[in-house]
Amino acid sequence: MKLDTRYGTWGGVFVPELLVPALEQLEAAFVEARADAAFGARLDALLRDYAGRPTPLTRCERFGGGAGAAIWLKREDLLHGGAHKTNQALAQALLAQRMGKRRLIAETGAGQHGVATAMAGALLGLETRVYMGAADVTRQRPNVLRMELMGAEVVPVESGSRTLKDAINAALRDWAGSYEHTHYLLGSVTGPHPYPLMVREFQRVIGREARAQFLAAAGALPDVVVACVGGGSNAIGIFSDFIPDAGVRLVGVEAAGAGLDSGRHGATLARGAPGVLHGAHTLLLQDGDGQVSESHSIAAGLDYPGVGPEHVRLKETGRASYVACGDAEALAAFEELARTEGIIPALESAHALAEALRLAREGLAARILVNLSGRGDKDLDTVAALRRPGAQAAPGNGPEAGAPGGGRP
Amino acid sequence: MSGAGRYAAMFAALARRGEGAVVPFAVLGDPDMETSHAVLEALVAGGADALEVGLPFSDPIADGPAIQAADTRALKAGARTAACWELVRALRSAHPALPIGVLCYANLAVRAGLPRFYRDAAAAGADSVLVADAPMDEAEPFRAAAREAGVAFVAMVPPSATPRVVAAVARHAEGYTYVVSRPGVTGTDAAPRQGAAELVRALKRLAAAPPLVGFGVSTPAHVREALATGAAGAITGSAVVERVAHLRPGARDATVLTAFIREMKAASRPAAPPAKR
Repeated sequence: MKLDTRYGTWGGVFVPELLVPALEQLEAAFVEARADAAFGARLDALLRDYAGRPTPLTRCERFGGGAGAAIWLKREDLLHGGAHKTNQALAQALLAQRMGKRRLIAETGAGQHGVATAMAGALLGLETRVYMGAADVTRQRPNVLRMELMGAEVVPVESGSRTLKDAINAALRDWAGSYEHTHYLLGSVTGPHPYPLMVREFQRVIGREARAQFLAAAGALPDVVVACVGGGSNAIGIFSDFIPDAGVRLVGVEAAGAGLDSGRHGATLARGAPGVLHGAHTLLLQDGDGQVSESHSIAAGLDYPGVGPEHVRLKETGRASYVACGDAEALAAFEELARTEGIIPALESAHALAEALRLAREGLAARILVNLSGRGDKDLDTVAALRRPGAQAAPGNGPEAGAPGGGRP
Repeated sequence: MSGAGRYAAMFAALARRGEGAVVPFAVLGDPDMETSHAVLEALVAGGADALEVGLPFSDPIADGPAIQAADTRALKAGARTAACWELVRALRSAHPALPIGVLCYANLAVRAGLPRFYRDAAAAGADSVLVADAPMDEAEPFRAAAREAGVAFVAMVPPSATPRVVAAVARHAEGYTYVVSRPGVTGTDAAPRQGAAELVRALKRLAAAPPLVGFGVSTPAHVREALATGAAGAITGSAVVERVAHLRPGARDATVLTAFIREMKAASRPAAPPAKR
């Protein structure tokens, strides 16, 4: 590798030797493309004319009202595809084309990254296959249909916990036999180098726009920037351009699921231990032997037992801090944003909204910027089930209840 | 004797007889510890020249469906790493000269702490450790811990390997060199490819540890083809594990595995007659 593969001691390239040349080729293509003005122009044009960038910055009228703080939303929910995933899916698909690959593969949890990849594949005429845990196929039906309408093949993964972690395993196995003509369009700042770096650079546009928009609108920088963290791509995307602004606090919000002590959560930075998964040295939810645990969250996109290595570094250096928000608080914030602003957020983003509400109500910040990373249409079935009389956002009541494989020690 | 010593003795003895090595792979604790013990003994009874044993892992990204299912069976039956080491210890005391290699994923070693993990492997009587997802560029800490514990460091060379990686493996790998016969993951659905011959020649030119060819080796014909490349032997994994999957629950009779290895072993001898069924 030509670039540094680590964030402190985190990251690296932990894949079978077989895949190392494919990652070296990808790194080289990324470095070349970044220096190529024509690539940048093509990507910018797609982001503007196809995906709808720049996305607006919205100051909330009523959300968090009365708390004396102002909450701004970076509206990635308005991006074509319905989430920030489109930014980097388009960029990686252009890279794939540049490398002469004719096929895309991707993993998806909630389906947002799968949809973004299917869009990019349709747009550029690349054969597309998306691996999705069989449990997620069941709980995110509308996104499966969207991917199929856009010509992608959706492959349900029946192994392991049948969720995102297993979808990544399946994609890596496909790639081991197909790298000569296939690009693995990985969806977050996770995985082996160069993915954490490359995906960050392609998501950096969120923070670049938001910083300029915020200065223009508020005449100052925000006190705090809040984003949800599963793998961590939307958070890295909005954090990166604020990192040099020492006065701006960066807060990542993980999924506390049914509670940090319940064992049913996705709070890797809070409760993980050092390990190696999907190509990176990072923090993991795992048992004492190193068997990777099942995670849990009401939000499928936060339901992942690992986290991007750069977040581990940001936590270690103290530049960012990380908190966890449970299913019930996220659902309350989801409902409050809908009721007070007429915006239905993704359940993932609702975790960041819940933390923003807390900061506002406790008087801990005056100007709060939240990355509204996606819209909530995909979550309506989940929310409908939770709103039925007697239901509550607790283990066993979500539509994912009964998904097998949840009990590994 | 420890580390690369048992492998060296095995290769020397095979060379005297003009034979190639047949090394079966099975997952420790699949489908449970007792049956797994019976399986491994059955493989030795069939004439296995060495054993390659896998520590079960929740996310085995280099493995196809057969070995994934084996890992899942073992973990469902409660296989803990400590119990796996106990099984290795039992094999070691029953077969003092048999080379025993361990195959695992990086997280099991990282979680235990590399020094402790390699010490545990050595104490159980393992001769070598191969970490499937630690390529040469990440291998140094693993290699250092192996050296410290007196365990041979084994590495994989795939068909995609650059000359730089082939040279690094030739310089550092001990015991044997694992030649990956083809792209993809482990499994019997795709046979080895001819490309292995080139790798084997390159490794021999660089005086690497003797090459064993693996991935897709599931029939006696594959063993003959592997030896025809100039390799010192072949590793057969998924074909073994698929037979384990068909054992009746609680079966202690694993003679089907003895018969399979006997057939594979017959193909490893010079001028072997067609295998009898």
